[in-house]
Amino acid sequence: MDEASEGVVKKFMFLNRKAPYGTIYALESLEVVLISAAFDQDVSLAFVDDGVYQIVKGQHTKGIDQKNFSPTYRALEGYDIEKLYVEKEGLEARGLTEDDLLVDVTVLSAAEMANLMAEQDVVISF
Amino acid sequence: MLHIVNKSPSERNAFDSCLRLATKGSAVLLIEDAVYAATKGTAAAAQLQAAMADLKVYVLAPDMEARGMAGRVLEGVNLVDYGGFVDLAAEHNTCQSWL
Repeated sequence: MDEASEGVVKKFMFLNRKAPYGTIYALESLEVVLISAAFDQDVSLAFVDDGVYQIVKGQHTKGIDQKNFSPTYRALEGYDIEKLYVEKEGLEARGLTEDDLLVDVTVLSAAEMANLMAEQDVVISF
Repeated sequence: MLHIVNKSPSERNAFDSCLRLATKGSAVLLIEDAVYAATKGTAAAAQLQAAMADLKVYVLAPDMEARGMAGRVLEGVNLVDYGGFVDLAAEHNTCQSWL
């Protein structure tokens, strides 16, 4: 183990921009986020554009024969992943409000989201 | 003609192209991520509302339910199940999939 790098905590952001189910991106992002929890880093999740659809309440996937992975977002807290951010403009453009989401999030304006992205060490995009 | 769209209107332009090129009397079926076009409060829903004067609009209900959007369906669109999808394909001479 490289002693110099041991204990270094970096700021990681997972940037989610895709709707769930139509493509594999949302589920793959969630898998990587869960893996990242094992590395004790400073992890943030951002939901912008169609990514806000990932955390909408009331998903029932029985009819399309796919796994409903939306409850997993509520379990992230148990892995000490508690920084969830949603872009206000993305929510509004989709006729959604914070009450339509299944997890507690911080709603940020585009400008605030931009600043948050700018202060990350690593941004991983899905 | 039956037009089938499966891409989110806020990610790709397939939905826009479909509405631009579908002729009067055609049917439009929204499936997968395209079902978001038929949810209230979006720009796409306003376009769809206007287009419904000339087009018959159908939405695949299981895709709407999967996405948590069952309670937000735009009035005037027809919800269909997989059997209804098959019926639509059988009723029309041609199908255009806007990939």
